[in-house]
Amino acid sequence: MLLAEHFARPPAWGAWILLYFFFAGLAGGAYVIATIVRLRGGRSSPIAHTGYLLAFLCVLVCPIFLTVDLGQPLRFWHMMVDTTPGGLGLNLNTATPMSLGVWALLIFGFFSLVSFLAELNAGWSRPARTLLGGSLGTAFAVIGSLFALFVAGYTGVLLSVSNQPVWSDTPALGGLFLASGMSGAAAAIGLLAGRAERPGDTDMEGLDRADAYFAALEVVLLVVFFVTIAIAGTLGTALRMPWTLLWLVAIASLAFPLRGLGGRDARIQAGSGAVAGARTLRASAALTAAVVLIGVLALRAAVIFSAQ
Amino acid sequence: MALSITPGEKYGFFTDTSICIGCKACEVACKEWNGLQADNSVFLADSFDNTGQLDSEHWRHVKFIEQVPDAATSIGNGQAWLMMSDVCKHCTHASCMQVCPTGAIIRTEFDTVFIQQDVCNGCRNCISACPYSVIGFSSSTGTARKCTLCYDRLQNNLMPACAKACPTQSIQFGKLDDMHAVAAKRLDAVKAGGAPNAQLYGADDLVYGGLNAFFLLMDKPETYALPNAANSVLPARNNLFGYLGTLLTAAVAVIAGLVALRRRTEPSPRPVPETEPVASAPAAVEPAAVEPAPETPTPGRRRGRRRGRKG
Repeated sequence: MLLAEHFARPPAWGAWILLYFFFAGLAGGAYVIATIVRLRGGRSSPIAHTGYLLAFLCVLVCPIFLTVDLGQPLRFWHMMVDTTPGGLGLNLNTATPMSLGVWALLIFGFFSLVSFLAELNAGWSRPARTLLGGSLGTAFAVIGSLFALFVAGYTGVLLSVSNQPVWSDTPALGGLFLASGMSGAAAAIGLLAGRAERPGDTDMEGLDRADAYFAALEVVLLVVFFVTIAIAGTLGTALRMPWTLLWLVAIASLAFPLRGLGGRDARIQAGSGAVAGARTLRASAALTAAVVLIGVLALRAAVIFSAQ
Repeated sequence: MALSITPGEKYGFFTDTSICIGCKACEVACKEWNGLQADNSVFLADSFDNTGQLDSEHWRHVKFIEQVPDAATSIGNGQAWLMMSDVCKHCTHASCMQVCPTGAIIRTEFDTVFIQQDVCNGCRNCISACPYSVIGFSSSTGTARKCTLCYDRLQNNLMPACAKACPTQSIQFGKLDDMHAVAAKRLDAVKAGGAPNAQLYGADDLVYGGLNAFFLLMDKPETYALPNAANSVLPARNNLFGYLGTLLTAAVAVIAGLVALRRRTEPSPRPVPETEPVASAPAAVEPAAVEPAPETPTPGRRRGRRRGRKG
């Protein structure tokens, strides 16, 4: 199905696209995690609060990276409006994730903005706050999460929908980027919301556990990725030096969140040896978050650059 | 006799590599007509090639493929030094057109594939899609560029510059049906002349639905770095499994999140050690660390609590 010998030229997607993929993953992941916490009854949890704030701040920079990467940045709107003479309609090419992604990003931007403002309680009348705080607000967040999931994952599909060796040889990239984005978002939320954490905080324990599950999912998808490109005969391309180092960083970084499968206390003991306390918790969370986020970035860099 | 080029008819190139002499007149004519930048000639150590590839400034490129056999070859076999004037294939099922998000890549009234320079915004998605490595990104225009099949000349009943300049008629231009007939006849002659491996590439619909710029090759397509019929697949083939994989991952991730993030309001079952610094240092408890005010219990939360106890 996926085997193909092509002679495609690399599109020279570089740092801007890498940053976009990174922040799109974090934005989507943060929004989904916040919504899950909300669905689980943690409407006022620091995790939900931080998640919605982080999602919007991350999605805010995404269009900037995308636009700067264009050869003609001032024509960014050509993605949405058909400027072919006689066209003048809207552009939606369902065959390419790039076109779908632009619209999804726009819609997700709206959802994340509303959720962001709702968290800040800025400019909302009392009825509006009541509305967004109730079941209607939850439904709103759930719908927003669908777009968030798409934004976090479609970037991988975008790479696959090409004739580029490695990218087009595997169906795993969409899922891999999604799982990685969720893991990175969990780590980032843990870091930012961790200020409020105390030993025995079950919300933060849950976040650690979620991060561990996302990391485990990522491991499974990494195996699928490597097996599929090995079958296609492009494993050697993906693992060329110096990209091997990025793969190693991405894979090694998964060890940190995976420790969460053993529970937070186990992690603290592993990290400090004896003393468990708020400071240790914060240091451990910060270290884990930093390593996970570096891993999320390294994974995307390895995928983007090794194939080019 | 003046050439009559009619909109609505299909036009294209037939490039007969068996009579290409590698003179590069096509490259020069193309550059001159289309105003493409000249470049400093460099030694590529790749036979007589000094332009290297098709890209934003090279819309015709003569490939030189040296495969001199160890043993003597038969007279007229012509496989020792292959030359091929490569160009955009103007595919019927064009990968570049399929993935263009702006609609900049269109099919013209002559059935050729054309990148509208005033619409393209330089996203470069088409570059990663083209299986022939034809399209290049121009840093001077900020757009993707490739052979236009001399769209402006066709509109003025002029044949494309490369075909006009080719001294051996290796590059022929005309109505596609006419070109197919010429190619079939030529293939028979070349095979009868002692070249059993000679074949047409892109004349039928096996390669990307048929190519408007098709070739008579002296060897298999892979020798010329062309994907064979089995590999002629479009980028959108990966949409289905790509999205399915993402959907499956999303479902698993959401379920995992719901399981992991279930609320448990009671303290952790594992006791906090007595050396806990927070307990003895009130300064460590920041204002932000104050637990949020308990919410009105909801049935959902009660369920969560019960599950927490079980766990």
